[in-house]
Amino acid sequence: MPVRLSDFPRIRYGMPGNAACPGCPEAMGLRYVKMALGDNAVLVMPAGCSSVIQGYEPKSGINFPIMNIVFASAASLASGMKAAFESQGKDVNVVVWAGDGGTGDIGFQALSGAAERNDDIIYICVDNEAYMNTGIQRSSLTPAGAWTTTTWTGKKEYKKNLPMIMIAHDVPYVATASVGYPQDFIDKLRNASLIRGFKYIHLLAPCPVGWKFDPRYTAKIGQLAVQTGLWPLFEYMNGKLKISPFSRLYRRPERKVPIMEYIKLQGRFANLAKDPEKIKILEKEIERQWEWIEILEKATNNKK
Amino acid sequence: MVMKTLTGNFAVAEAVRLARAKVIAAYPITPQTTIVERLSEMTEKGELEAKMVRVESEHSALAATLGAAAAGSRAFTATASHGLLYMHEVLWWTASSRLPVVMAVAARAIGAPWNIHVDHNDIMDQRDTGWIIGVAQENQEVLDMTIQAFRISEDPYIYLPVMIALDGFILTHTVAPVEVPDQKEIDEWLPPRRQPYIVSPETNIVMGNLTSDDDYYMMRYSIQVAQEVAKKIIEEVDLSYGKTFGRNYGGLVECYKCDDADYVMLLMGSWAGDAKEALNILRERGINVGLARIRFIRPWPSEILKEKLKNKKGIIVFDRSISFGNVGQLFIETASTLYGMTNMRGVIAGLGGVDVKPEDFVGEVVAFVDDVEKGEVYDTIRWLLPPKYRDHKLGVTL
Amino acid sequence: MVSEAIIEEPKTYWKAPISHPDFGSVGKTGLWRTERPVIDEEKCTKCLLCWLYCPEDTILRREDDMVFVDYDYCKGCGICASVCPVGAITMVPEIKEGE
Repeated sequence: MPVRLSDFPRIRYGMPGNAACPGCPEAMGLRYVKMALGDNAVLVMPAGCSSVIQGYEPKSGINFPIMNIVFASAASLASGMKAAFESQGKDVNVVVWAGDGGTGDIGFQALSGAAERNDDIIYICVDNEAYMNTGIQRSSLTPAGAWTTTTWTGKKEYKKNLPMIMIAHDVPYVATASVGYPQDFIDKLRNASLIRGFKYIHLLAPCPVGWKFDPRYTAKIGQLAVQTGLWPLFEYMNGKLKISPFSRLYRRPERKVPIMEYIKLQGRFANLAKDPEKIKILEKEIERQWEWIEILEKATNNKK
Repeated sequence: MVMKTLTGNFAVAEAVRLARAKVIAAYPITPQTTIVERLSEMTEKGELEAKMVRVESEHSALAATLGAAAAGSRAFTATASHGLLYMHEVLWWTASSRLPVVMAVAARAIGAPWNIHVDHNDIMDQRDTGWIIGVAQENQEVLDMTIQAFRISEDPYIYLPVMIALDGFILTHTVAPVEVPDQKEIDEWLPPRRQPYIVSPETNIVMGNLTSDDDYYMMRYSIQVAQEVAKKIIEEVDLSYGKTFGRNYGGLVECYKCDDADYVMLLMGSWAGDAKEALNILRERGINVGLARIRFIRPWPSEILKEKLKNKKGIIVFDRSISFGNVGQLFIETASTLYGMTNMRGVIAGLGGVDVKPEDFVGEVVAFVDDVEKGEVYDTIRWLLPPKYRDHKLGVTL
Repeated sequence: MVSEAIIEEPKTYWKAPISHPDFGSVGKTGLWRTERPVIDEEKCTKCLLCWLYCPEDTILRREDDMVFVDYDYCKGCGICASVCPVGAITMVPEIKEGE
């Protein structure tokens, strides 16, 4: 069910005065987690921007109880926490909030382990497509063609398709989301919180600093990623993959917004913007994404 | 109380059962595996009401244990050797979070090459992490020390994680008769879990975000304060345990025939048994030797050692580990306490499970006593080479 | 035996890395601003998109859902202005006193 904005109580979901950069998608995303899950949640955070966003002890600039932990083991710490709450008979949402590096690179082993065990946690990968906190180094989730401080002429490899990898873990819930579409993200969080077992939500988080765009466009770029087809929104639940409404709107190739609209706003794609040949890298990326989705959509929805 | 024949690892499992741990997370590594196997069996058969998190690595094992501790449950893990090294950064994080956690370590050699036998380099490598580190001598002590570890770790004067080491294979896989206390007795002796904070929706607490350098410094200082206080608490817990269960071990150090001794052997772990045999042989020969068995390397028992050992003619330290480029770690620790007070020698022996017999201890002590009597303690460090290599000429040729 | 731990105060000198969520963990972030959002109440349709997208939670709602800005903490990113469908929010350069 779509959420009506005026139905949300007039309370503060975020925590102003934190250390997030202006226009930070993580700060946006964290507010949506609060809107969706309310107070009954504990966040587990590995190293990343969100470690900094909290600001200085004795205060914390994120409106949740948080257990910070070293980079590689967020999912495992969450599993242990959940086991403890379960043994105490408490129903608490244990939520991992980890970046693309903490999820797809250094934290991948722990993530895969928790998913395979089907531990009852919500894992949110907040994907800003590089190691932003350390100064914009490439990760396995940086898209092909993007400038980073370790790929000066553009990344040569494609983005690791983590949502598909998580579906292959046969977990009960996998979804993609974008800070450009908060209601969609909130809906998905609420759906996830009702399911027992491992839930994975991959949230695209356009970073003004790392992607080199004016902070006012965070939401817009989050929307363009979906509208161009580069970041398809879907929900995999009960063994079925469904394409989410905002991506359905732009599904047919003629409805898709030209990729140039997305590229031209971002300094990290400056190399691509100059060369039509290079733009094909991202067009190819869109095809790759949709190929997988269509195969799975067909296969899972035709199941008896 | 019942008498059981238990391996060291099963003694650990019995202790964890008696302590009613609620969450156990572990990853298999030789020679720790049978701890986890037994605990899994206990949870599945309903002998122990606990959640097992069968993690995919040691790094995750300790992280999951820490997570459970943060959420307010008594949590336990176990590992060895490379597993312990793999945990290293989480060891720091756990101690600095000041949450009580207990871990058993089956002390084992570090590669390369692969070697699964006893060696103390894995635990010695963790001295700086803020953990309290105990080392047991035999299976009964393994059980008693593990139960005590929960009480020590959860003491409001301490609030630090505790690591209990037992020698790989020599203790982990060898059976010995062990007195297992009744659940009721343990329930009376071990208080319900206490901890300084819980991370949950009710408490709304954040652990581990940025802090100022000044505050960070003071957090480091506060861990040191807890370690210092732990010296006293460990003694008290040991005495209280002894009063209830009839066994106590001398707190941080077991001093065996130290008082009237001229010379003292200082070491830790299972080979203290062989050293005691050596001690008897030496005493028969008229060499007045005592034995100081270190039970806790953290907190380091500096005051007791100073008091007991400063007036001895000489201290000979047996290290089952080496800090490459310097000397054995136990020697370094002892020297930091007794520097300039007495004659000292360190012996590096038994690395990677090399057998050290009572007569080896005798030989080393005799040689040391000779040198001291002659006033010629030039070798601060000696290598007790494996029998096969005894003729090997030591030293560097340039 | 109780399954959850008892929280008991530490009894020695204690300093641990513990915090609580609170405003201003790095101070009054309104000072970071180079431009301030100004809301035209005439144009505002109370659609609440600015409130939804504001990363800082510094767009606040009155009883009638008319929005206003918490300038103490607003970092001036401009997202509110860019998502406003009716152009009711303008980003105005901050002018320091004495300029």
